[in-house]
Amino acid sequence: MNTPTARQPDIAVEMRDIVKRFPGVVANDHVTFIALRGEIHALLGENGAGKSTLMNVLSGLYTPEEGEIFINGEKVVFHSPRDAIAAGVGMVHQHFRLVPTLTVIENVILGLDDPKFRLKLEGARAKIQSLSEQYGLKIDPDAFIWQLSVGEQQRVEIIKALYRGAQILILDEPTAVLTPQETEELFRTLRSMAEKGHTIIFISHKLDEVMAIADRVTVLRQGKVVATVAIDEVNKEKLAEMMVGRPVIFRIEKPEIEPGEEVLRVEDLHVRNDKGLPALQGVSFVVREHEIVGVAGVSGNGQTELAEALYGLRPVEKGRIFLYGRDITQASTRDIIREGVAQIPEDRHREGSVGNMGISENLIMKHYRRSPVSRGPLIDWGYVRDFARKLVKRFNIAAPSIHTKARLLSGGNLQKLILARELSSEPGLIIAMHPTQGLDVGATESVRKQLLEEREKGAGILLISEDLDEVMQLSDRILVIYEGQIMGETPGEGADRNEIGLMMAGENRSGTGDTSLQRNTSNA
Amino acid sequence: METAFIITILATAIQAGAPVIYAAVGEIFAERSGILNLGVEGMMLVGAVSGFIVAVNTGNPWAGVIAAMLAGGLLSLIHAFLTITLHADQVVSGLALTIFGAGLSSFLGQNYVGVQGPQFNPIHIPVLSDLPILGPILFDYDILVYLSVLLIPLSAYFIHHTRPGLHLRAVGEDPATADVMGINVARTRYIYTFVGGVLAGLGGATLSLAYTPGWTEGLSGGRGWIAIALVIFAFWEPWRAMVGAYLFGGVQALQFNLQTIGITIPTYFLNMLPYLFTILVLVFATGERMKRHLGAPAALGIPYIRGER
Repeated sequence: MNTPTARQPDIAVEMRDIVKRFPGVVANDHVTFIALRGEIHALLGENGAGKSTLMNVLSGLYTPEEGEIFINGEKVVFHSPRDAIAAGVGMVHQHFRLVPTLTVIENVILGLDDPKFRLKLEGARAKIQSLSEQYGLKIDPDAFIWQLSVGEQQRVEIIKALYRGAQILILDEPTAVLTPQETEELFRTLRSMAEKGHTIIFISHKLDEVMAIADRVTVLRQGKVVATVAIDEVNKEKLAEMMVGRPVIFRIEKPEIEPGEEVLRVEDLHVRNDKGLPALQGVSFVVREHEIVGVAGVSGNGQTELAEALYGLRPVEKGRIFLYGRDITQASTRDIIREGVAQIPEDRHREGSVGNMGISENLIMKHYRRSPVSRGPLIDWGYVRDFARKLVKRFNIAAPSIHTKARLLSGGNLQKLILARELSSEPGLIIAMHPTQGLDVGATESVRKQLLEEREKGAGILLISEDLDEVMQLSDRILVIYEGQIMGETPGEGADRNEIGLMMAGENRSGTGDTSLQRNTSNA
Repeated sequence: METAFIITILATAIQAGAPVIYAAVGEIFAERSGILNLGVEGMMLVGAVSGFIVAVNTGNPWAGVIAAMLAGGLLSLIHAFLTITLHADQVVSGLALTIFGAGLSSFLGQNYVGVQGPQFNPIHIPVLSDLPILGPILFDYDILVYLSVLLIPLSAYFIHHTRPGLHLRAVGEDPATADVMGINVARTRYIYTFVGGVLAGLGGATLSLAYTPGWTEGLSGGRGWIAIALVIFAFWEPWRAMVGAYLFGGVQALQFNLQTIGITIPTYFLNMLPYLFTILVLVFATGERMKRHLGAPAALGIPYIRGER
């Protein structure tokens, strides 16, 4: 059956019956995907739905087992990203492919055959400048990548694709690392590109974004296409249902609770990062019982160092940390755990679990020193088995057995395992870092509910997250961090997104010391 | 007297710096591609002995130079195969190469100790070489010294202003990105590890055919290690490596010449000086490096396996 659609002039991309398998999974199961010239086409789906796989097939990174690809009506076979770019398909990956120590120009021309030997950069510079003007992608061609903000780096990636003549541009979760203002700017650029006849394929799992930017949307679920629809024919709820396969409740009930006593007090905290540069510069705040305090900010502004310092993993240069009024600034991590601090770490695999140990062993990792898990120097394995079974059930961890190795668990189940371990000690303070990052809608829902439950029980929670929606939804108060300083605080209820965005970009609303903006410009 | 002494020191410094320049620039190329090769000492020794043997048997020092470069290059390919193809630990492989090179050079050279062979002599340039002061400092060297000086601007230009140089830097900094951009990471690393070996071999030949003509066991006397240290001191830049090599040469020259002007310091102390100096240089260099944003190539010493980040 040779459909005539391939000949239609306004079809830029047609992927027909694409099948891509990985060991144990069918990532794309007979997926057919059509994108038109001049449209912004969103590819929506949960993690593991096969969005990135499909686009990696289109950009030449993966070769599909079955199926055909047509670009502008012509059949193509890609063996590498080079073939794809030659056909006009460019992709901006979630993790940027930029060499930090090279300049913008050098990164843009990297791997090209022109210039042949001597690096004559005038031509490249002129071309980059004209692209940057044409599409409103402001960039200094001679800046080094390490000097650029994440938003600017993304512009370099887009310019890199355009420089290579990309007519079809794929962006994989492009807004995950941007402030709301940068996101707006990106959207303006994408719209202007679409008007000029480019096809934009926009991978996302954020419904609001898709509703805001896309002309049409294709929803994937478990490797299959659910539907392709025009955006004005659907609403957020419908899209969510298509994506998850069941109705989704967006509002989580968050009961009013008066915060209780002070759990954590941080005073004028100064900490250095791994490079020895200041990461936190005078951070002060308080977390009380029954309270979730959100820390919003673009990643790399000191959040990791804050969590590590509070947990005793990073030396404090100056300032003090109090837990229930007791100074724990110099306390060891072991002491801090004993005092009832729980941590949901940023990296589930590296810091949150031991991959080669079983579920039950991972679950007792914080309890093994004390009765009833241990009896003297010995561990009571009978007790551990019961304990693990109980937690697996209560936290709904899907695994063949309690001896399953942690590294074999999916992201969502591993996070449930970590939550189970951390929350089973009935902590007074929970430091949660990106607790729902990379989780699907269902798992996200359950993690958020757990945190709210802990809040009701009386824990103080420090929620560090890049997901502004999450911070706004869960927090009682929101602190915005930028370059190691708190730019300001707003109540969680009715917080102004724009206002938070400006603070995330370095505007100081705390009224203490207005040097951050100046420092920012001199650093650039 | 004073002037003569300073002239001697400077001239000896440049002479003594030449073999170290070759080895250090070679190592800069290898490390810029992400391959740490601690086998420099071994490659220099094997280069020195092969160059000398071939020069003695052919009577042609140029044939010796070519043999030395090939020998150094071949040895480096062992390291390249182990670390690039088999993803072996670069430190272990490099150390093994040095030990192997020391043994191999002793074995090959056992019948050549004390043998007289052809050598490169200083080139007398009319007028220039006869200039007072400048003549002996700048224009009284053998060809290998001049070539070592020429190598500096050429390699600096290559690294920073050519397309292959750009690819070299990208591979050493971020092989995953270079791979996605269509650069062959393994091939690039093989090439520059080989270049590093060739230059280390040439450094060895400079010792056995020009600086201290002849062969004795352990001829390089730790210069390979000093070259590796200089690469760090130089922040992977050829110009700074040259400065470092001449500083090292200068300290060595002092060691020879202090006695001639009547300053009596135990020879053991003087022998120690260049190495003490190198340690100081490292302390100073790494201290400064902390303050800078640029340091070692980010992927130095890390095997690249596609799909693992």
